[in-house]
Amino acid sequence: MNFKLILNIAIHLLRARLKQSIVAAAGVTFGISMFVTLLGFMNGLNDLLDNLMLNRTAHVRLYNEIKPTEQQPVVLSEQFQKNTHFIRSIKPKDEGLAIYNSRAIIQNLKQDERVIDVSAKITTPVFFNSGTIEISGIINGVDVLAEDKLFQLTDYMIEGSVNNLLQNNSIMIGKGLSEKMLLTTGDIIKVTTAKGDLASLKIVGIFQIGIAEIDNTLTYTSLDTAQKILGKPTNYITDIQVKLYDISTASVVAKEFQHRFNVDTIDYETANSQFETGSSVRSIISYAVGIVLLIVAGFGIYNIMNMMIFEKMDSIAILKATGFSGQDVKWIFISLSLIIGIVGGILGLLLGLVLSTIIDSIPFETASLPTVTTYPINYNPFFYIIGITFALLTSTIAGLFPALKASKVDPVEIIRGK
Amino acid sequence: MSNIVLETKDLTKYFYDPVKIQVLKSVSMKVNHGEFVSIVGKSGCGKSTLLYLLSTMDTDYEGQLFMDDQLITGKSDQELAQIRNEKIGFVFQFHYLLPEYDVLRNVMLPGLKLGKLSKEEVEHNAMEHLRTLDMTDQVLKMPNQLSGGQKQRVAIARALINNPLIIMGDEPTGNLDKKNSDLVFDIFNELALEKKQTLLVVTHDNDFAARTHRTITMEDGRII
Ligand SMILES: Nc1ncnc2c1ncn2[C@@H]1O[C@H](COP(=O)(O)OP(=O)(O)OP(=O)(O)O)[C@@H](O)[C@H]1O
Ligand SMILES: [Mg+2]
Repeated sequence: MNFKLILNIAIHLLRARLKQSIVAAAGVTFGISMFVTLLGFMNGLNDLLDNLMLNRTAHVRLYNEIKPTEQQPVVLSEQFQKNTHFIRSIKPKDEGLAIYNSRAIIQNLKQDERVIDVSAKITTPVFFNSGTIEISGIINGVDVLAEDKLFQLTDYMIEGSVNNLLQNNSIMIGKGLSEKMLLTTGDIIKVTTAKGDLASLKIVGIFQIGIAEIDNTLTYTSLDTAQKILGKPTNYITDIQVKLYDISTASVVAKEFQHRFNVDTIDYETANSQFETGSSVRSIISYAVGIVLLIVAGFGIYNIMNMMIFEKMDSIAILKATGFSGQDVKWIFISLSLIIGIVGGILGLLLGLVLSTIIDSIPFETASLPTVTTYPINYNPFFYIIGITFALLTSTIAGLFPALKASKVDPVEIIRGK
Repeated sequence: MSNIVLETKDLTKYFYDPVKIQVLKSVSMKVNHGEFVSIVGKSGCGKSTLLYLLSTMDTDYEGQLFMDDQLITGKSDQELAQIRNEKIGFVFQFHYLLPEYDVLRNVMLPGLKLGKLSKEEVEHNAMEHLRTLDMTDQVLKMPNQLSGGQKQRVAIARALINNPLIIMGDEPTGNLDKKNSDLVFDIFNELALEKKQTLLVVTHDNDFAARTHRTITMEDGRII
């Protein structure tokens, strides 16, 4: 088959109906651009929300749950093996929140090649004293440098710097807390621990995460400072936070760590399952809207093709009389439809890119993500590939039936009809 | 190689709508190489129907059709299209030209479809044919800018582009005045004489028929 000739005929037929062809192509352009923009925007939002969550969440967290011993003594006793046990009033055992052998675990994790980095943490509830009132809050004693590396604390600082935490007896408080207690950098804050111990810490920084609950209660100190105010030894650690290179393996890795180190673990997905649901719903909506638009565009192509074939009956008869087979005629009209689809599709991708860039430049400020200044757009080439694929698919399908009809035109009937 | 270009054996054709009627009744005929044959007969006797069968466009018939000693009956749509392209040139009463293409392109199209010659060669041949038909100054016009006689000459040039085995015409002069009819006849006659071109032309024009080499007369679906 001579595709160059077939394409040439298709283009000439198209030119004869230029206006309608442009309208049909514009339908595709509109559909594709909306599809690409919508997906880019929705996924941009998804990424933003994921980041919001992921920035603040360890991929895997190792900790000690307060819970009763699984194997109570009576179960282990040989004497009562065959008896039924009734135990009442079980209490959780007093192992504390500390992770046993934390140093070794951290050493081990740092050598694991799946792990980006590890950050140790002590979380403890405290009271902050201001005059006669006491405000409850939380102190996170962290490995300052590792925490900043994994959770980008620096991005959230509005006063002071994270590195100041390396000084002894320093603390970083949330914006909410600072406003409530009328304290700023350089001031001293008084802290009462759960056990009643008192400590005075110097405020070296103020941060804003953008979530009021956190900004009102959370504070950061170094591990040393936290251990000191709690009166604990230097190996006292309550959480080990791990970030992985391949985030999708988090749940598997979490289970593995649980067995290996004999601690409780939780992966980020389990800890934040509601985020996933939101993301997938947004994706489904944008795909659905995009596909509906493309189907509408497909009907546009179908219409113009049918009209064209009806008008070009004579031309089809001549082509057949002079040696073009039904197959040739079919390909002429399929290529015609494909030309509309490709031209409309490529323009649609470009328009989609332009629209995305425009959205991308609209200012959008949110305290929770200080690095974000404009509306988020995801320029994943995958969306553009899906877009053009759909454009080709719809135009092929829309062109197929009219093309088959054209291929079956009986030239004798047309020539007789004159 | 035999001298017979076109041969039919017992061609029979029915139409079923609105009632079953037999339009062609055991038509057997031969056309030799270089012959200029005309088909005449009363209106409705089946001349056009026969020509459509011979042209391979209508395949719904009984009997056999040979072209160049080759059985045509039963070939696929693809093969028949190839035969029409390569071996048959058509001239209809209504000059069927593609309105999307200019005169030159219209003439070239079957040649480009055949694909045996390069585009330049096809164009050269098309120009040659148009020149012999005195159409050189019209080549860049669109079909709707031509007179009826001019259109018919373009159609003849198109029919000639692949040096077909046979040229078929269904009342090619039916729509033309005396002067243009004579012109078309002269062209056909010249082709038959000088180039040994085989021609088979259905006509109502008795003058036209009388001047051809042989006349086949039909009556009520039969050759007499
Ligand atoms: N599609 C059809 N369905 C039914 N009958 C048809 C059809 N086409 C032609 N006929 C009939 O077949 C007969 C032969 O028609 P045909 O067109 O071959 O005649 P013709 O000899 O070419 O006539 P004319 O000289 O008027 O062109 C006519 O009686 C016509 O009514
Ligand atoms: Mg007729």
